Amino acid sequence: MWKFSVRRTLIMIPQLIVLSILIFVLAQLMPGDALSGQVGPDVDPKRLDEIREQMGWNDPWHEQYGRWMGGILQGDFGESFRFKMPVTDLIGQRIVNSFWLSVATLILTYLIAIPLGITSGRFNDTWRDQLITGYSYVGFATPLFIFALVMLWLFGFTLQWFPTSGSVTPGLEPGTFEYMMSKLYHLLLPAISMALITTYSTIQYLRNEIVDTKQKDFIITARAKGASESRVYNRHILRNSLLPIAAFFGFEITGLIGGSIFIENIFGYPGMGQLLVESITLRDYTVLTATTLLFGVASILGALLSDIILSIVDPRIRIK
Amino acid sequence: MESKVEEVKSNQPIKSPSGFSIIWREIVRDKLALISLIFLILIMAFVYGISLFLDQEEIVTVDLFSIYEPPNEEFLLGTDYGGRDVFGQLIIGTRNSLTIALLVTLLTGIIGVGYGLVSGYFGGHIDNIMMRILDFFMILPFTMIVIAFVAIVPKYNTLTFSLIMTAFLWMGIARLIRSKALQEKELDYIQASKTLGSSNLKIVFTQLLPNCSSLIIVTMTLNLAANIGLESGLSFLGFGFPESTPSLGTLLSYATNPQTLEYRWWIWVPASVLILLLMMSINNVGQALKRATDARQRRG
Repeated sequence: MWKFSVRRTLIMIPQLIVLSILIFVLAQLMPGDALSGQVGPDVDPKRLDEIREQMGWNDPWHEQYGRWMGGILQGDFGESFRFKMPVTDLIGQRIVNSFWLSVATLILTYLIAIPLGITSGRFNDTWRDQLITGYSYVGFATPLFIFALVMLWLFGFTLQWFPTSGSVTPGLEPGTFEYMMSKLYHLLLPAISMALITTYSTIQYLRNEIVDTKQKDFIITARAKGASESRVYNRHILRNSLLPIAAFFGFEITGLIGGSIFIENIFGYPGMGQLLVESITLRDYTVLTATTLLFGVASILGALLSDIILSIVDPRIRIK
Repeated sequence: MESKVEEVKSNQPIKSPSGFSIIWREIVRDKLALISLIFLILIMAFVYGISLFLDQEEIVTVDLFSIYEPPNEEFLLGTDYGGRDVFGQLIIGTRNSLTIALLVTLLTGIIGVGYGLVSGYFGGHIDNIMMRILDFFMILPFTMIVIAFVAIVPKYNTLTFSLIMTAFLWMGIARLIRSKALQEKELDYIQASKTLGSSNLKIVFTQLLPNCSSLIIVTMTLNLAANIGLESGLSFLGFGFPESTPSLGTLLSYATNPQTLEYRWWIWVPASVLILLLMMSINNVGQALKRATDARQRRG
């Protein structure tokens, strides 16, 4: 197990390096820079060139990359040109918001998916199973952003049960109970919207696992020994079927990142996904490279986590 | 042409139904898939037919005298914030979205199948290196990397946009085909062909490829549905086509304006319903195809 984990972690290093180079080169290739929008009758183009020279934007790319990477390793992502503040400070609050949104989404996803998957697998081919399969089928075919728009329209605007933008009611003191409740209240609707759509894979996977496990010999043995129906399901079947679900936990992170870009923009939730889109529109490269890099690193770590959990759950992977 | 095939078939001692007749039978048995297929054919004929008579330039021209008009006789589905006809944009948008989705599906299919076949058939070190590359692409969050790419291409058209999407979408099908190729190459017919001295090229393209065809068709159908969703999602975020080339996602992006979302349903509801119907119908047909390729699941 240790051997596998160490080897798997070592594979991650070249992945991280390639990712950082890719992101850096992408940002370099983008047309214009944070200053090109400033050109006007009262701005001297020579002055802009001087600033560019001062900032080292005319140096060869590998020197700039070295400087950029060196800064990041020390926790310095540079200065945002549009927001006029260090990127680290700008990202700080947003990353916390996105983190809680992801946690809430994951909890809700499992809260919805596990009971539905178990019911669907245990009573397969009954009306309950068909109802649940129907739901996951619709969830599979519905794009997240359409569903989120409908949820916002219905619960945010028409029924007015939930706030329609922001992450907290303005004017509240951070750290108080009201502040926390307001935060929770603001992330509930985005999290529910994302969870309801992303459950389908977990439901279907759990259902198929249970239907498969049900026919295995050890279940027949357990029944023959007189184990009650609830004991068979809760102890014997669930224990075997839930492990693979746990292993996919890390891969969910990549899905959450993709989803959060849509969700945060639709619900006006100030997180990393919204910042990413803003930074591209504003051509704020320091912010853009920082957000993409963090997203990429999160996905790579997620995949690492999943692979290690999988190797614990399924010994065959280790042997390979 | 058809009758010739029939004749040849009837001369054979044992008749086994052809792939297409199995697929056809499966679709007819599954009423939902049949309705979906008819709906898809109709909508495609309608959209591609009507758009021949529509002038994209004229539809996307701003008309300040008819901003936000609710549906009426002149504008079947009202107008948007630039006074542009929503119905016309819906038709053109569906055409653009479908074209991109079809192109991306085709391109990812070609690249993914080629990559998967080579990787699975040759195995060993080649497979190892190719899979490491694929793993890296798999890890990248698709939406994030595509919007970053779209932002660096100054002027793009249908082809460049499809190529960007393809660059980060070919991995799924490549993986499937690779594992299929790994299984197939151990089978006797491939070994026999090797013994007879066929070249690798010949084995891969004339023997291995046809045996993966059912998997390819099913995956590509399901991918088509997903690609419609992805394209409209990107346009929705503003990283698809510009407003002058509307897509289904463009119409939905107007709903990010709370006023539009709340009071002007005619702008975003038809497009959402159309995307849902398209994706669900394609999925229904895809599921029927999936059953047709797996004898244990067939209904007919």
